[in-house]
Amino acid sequence: MTLDKQPPGSVGVITAVGGEGALRCRLLDMGLIPRTKVKVVKTAPLGDPVEIRLRDYELTIRLADAALIEIEPLTDEYKVPAGGAAE
Amino acid sequence: MIFALVGNQNSGKTTLFNQLTGSNQHVGNFPGVTVESKSGFIRGYKDVEVVDLPGIYSIRAYSTEETVTRDFILNEKPDGIINIVDATNIERNLYLTLQLIELRIPMVLALNMMDEVRSNGGTIDIEMMSERLGIPVVPISAAKNEGIDELVRVAYETASKRELPKIYDFCSPGPIHRCIHAICHVIEDHAQCADIPLRFAASKLIEGDDTDIISRLDLDKNELDLIGHSIVEMEKEHGLDRNAALADMRYSFIESVCFGTVVKARESKEHLRSAKIDLVLTNKYAAIPIFFGVMLLIFYLTFNVIGKFLQDLLQSGIDALSAVTDTALTSFGTNEIAKSLVIDGLFAGVGSVLSFLPIIVVLFFFLSVLEDTGYMARIAFVMDKALRKIGLSGRSIVPMLIGFGCTVPAVMATRTLSSERDRKMTILLTPFMSCSAKIPIYAVFSAALFPDYAALVMIGLYVFGILVGVLIALLMNHSMYRGNPVPFVMELPNYRFPSPKTVAMLLWDKAKDFITKAFTIIFFATLVIWFLSTFDIRMNPVESQSSSILASVGAFIAPIFTPLGFGDWRISTSLITGFIAKESVISTLGILTSESGGVADAISQLFTARSGLSFLVFTLLYTPCVAAVSAICRELHSKFKGIGVAVFQCVTAWIFAFIVYQIAGLFMV
Repeated sequence: MTLDKQPPGSVGVITAVGGEGALRCRLLDMGLIPRTKVKVVKTAPLGDPVEIRLRDYELTIRLADAALIEIEPLTDEYKVPAGGAAE
Repeated sequence: MIFALVGNQNSGKTTLFNQLTGSNQHVGNFPGVTVESKSGFIRGYKDVEVVDLPGIYSIRAYSTEETVTRDFILNEKPDGIINIVDATNIERNLYLTLQLIELRIPMVLALNMMDEVRSNGGTIDIEMMSERLGIPVVPISAAKNEGIDELVRVAYETASKRELPKIYDFCSPGPIHRCIHAICHVIEDHAQCADIPLRFAASKLIEGDDTDIISRLDLDKNELDLIGHSIVEMEKEHGLDRNAALADMRYSFIESVCFGTVVKARESKEHLRSAKIDLVLTNKYAAIPIFFGVMLLIFYLTFNVIGKFLQDLLQSGIDALSAVTDTALTSFGTNEIAKSLVIDGLFAGVGSVLSFLPIIVVLFFFLSVLEDTGYMARIAFVMDKALRKIGLSGRSIVPMLIGFGCTVPAVMATRTLSSERDRKMTILLTPFMSCSAKIPIYAVFSAALFPDYAALVMIGLYVFGILVGVLIALLMNHSMYRGNPVPFVMELPNYRFPSPKTVAMLLWDKAKDFITKAFTIIFFATLVIWFLSTFDIRMNPVESQSSSILASVGAFIAPIFTPLGFGDWRISTSLITGFIAKESVISTLGILTSESGGVADAISQLFTARSGLSFLVFTLLYTPCVAAVSAICRELHSKFKGIGVAVFQCVTAWIFAFIVYQIAGLFMV
């Protein structure tokens, strides 16, 4: 499953980050790396981009870019506080 | 002694810089790029300078801001680095820290916003963190001016003793460790020759995209093969590719640094408050109306209330002074020409420069509040989708909207855009947003030529300007700015109360910047126009403007406008004066056509509906006024490029006016 398909409020753990060049490096630099827990916070009023929370901060990325991020949805998604890498 | 101040965006870097230097700042630019460089002497230390480098998240070679930082540290070799880190968001902030440590420069970590961490019940073990990172760590609160003296003391000491970071190995045993050490072994002497820190060079080779550094290392084919081989080997063993593996190594190290030293607050008040504010400000239905409401309010306050009040005040001051001087010079019996130079040249010139000032200051007050509170990032979030189609990101909407008021502050406002590409493109597009000084032209012409459709013509012109801007943007995307737009991966910082000091210093900067940089150009241009309109070709003072040099120049260029339907010398002359200020177009036309009654009568004699329409399109699109051009020159850091923009606008205006004239010919006479 990719990050863009996750509904607002859901939490998942990143398994792979795709893309290339500047975009991919930027994603990695911002901490979007495998094993990181990410929560989808909300979608922008026009339906794109999305706001996500990871490592105790909020980030906004475009849906097309979120589609490059593979994620493993967590089952107990509403109980886990977002932030920090998964153990 | 020189320190480089480096940190993420939103880490409080500007606030710390202001605290360190006070008003003792020098604003300039890094050579060749549109990235602002600020430097200043640290208060109480006469010989210690600090350079504020751009806010970045990583040192890659993908953006100008990153290469500027890299080159400054590698080439200028500052005596020390002050790395400011947002303690409330420590993991991501330390990512840059690790890359800075690789540069082998004495370094101090300024752990900012510690007051917020503490008030939420979190703690950070400063000593243990300092030990694990191998560099001194000083807790501060830049906004509250806490810990700054200690920071300066520690930084000074570290730099004087040339204490390098004690740790630079971030890899735990494993494939990535073997890969880094193998590469280090191969390139050791190359790195030394090229004067590039070894570990930094190795990282760049593994990342593989900083061609600048890689070519500077001057490796032969054998060595490159060897390096390539060990990277492939590492990827195979590790399971992650080179870039992900390196990022993973850094974040794993950071997690190990934070483990046991950082006790996170369970819930941060600031974050909860931000989430609540965002329920409204980025609300699905309310966000866009709120955004336009905020912009309208800012416009109203700037152009109708506060800015206008200050502007009128300033104007009446200048007028009064000018009247007094006039009377004094007349009673003294001063030569008419000399008097005209003082009154119509000097005073008019100073007046036109100063008339922009209140608007700039008031507008930047609001803009810096938007920026510092964190609302600007939300605007980018909300408006991004709408601007993406023309190759820009959401943030560019603000300068473009300001362009409807005045191009000068709009162009100046592009400086807060985070990428050089967006900045340049926004600067080129802003003049297409019809500025408010053009309204009188539209109003007078519509009233004279299209009395029944005046509102429609006005709205049509605004929309037409936007459409041409969009068209130009699309063309630029397919030509000069093709390829990699900077990725839109942007932090949404917590809402914060703006620091009055930072806002005040920004206003002071902008005002000073405008006065010092714009003064000469605008003043000179005003004097030239005065000269041209006061004398004829034989240098005799003229009775009426119609026999002046300016009129001759107007007559000379008039044929250019014949294909557009308005090849009369009076029209071309008034267009020239429009370069000084758009308001002058109508007043000059009035003076030159004074024998034919009012301006309205003159317009209906000089123009048909068809040529009037073409003229309006031309004034909509042609060169912005001299103040705007000087702002463009300033922000693009090149007189040549600034003038290029002006010429480009004139050509665009001519082409579109021609098209409109031809199409209108099909429907009207």
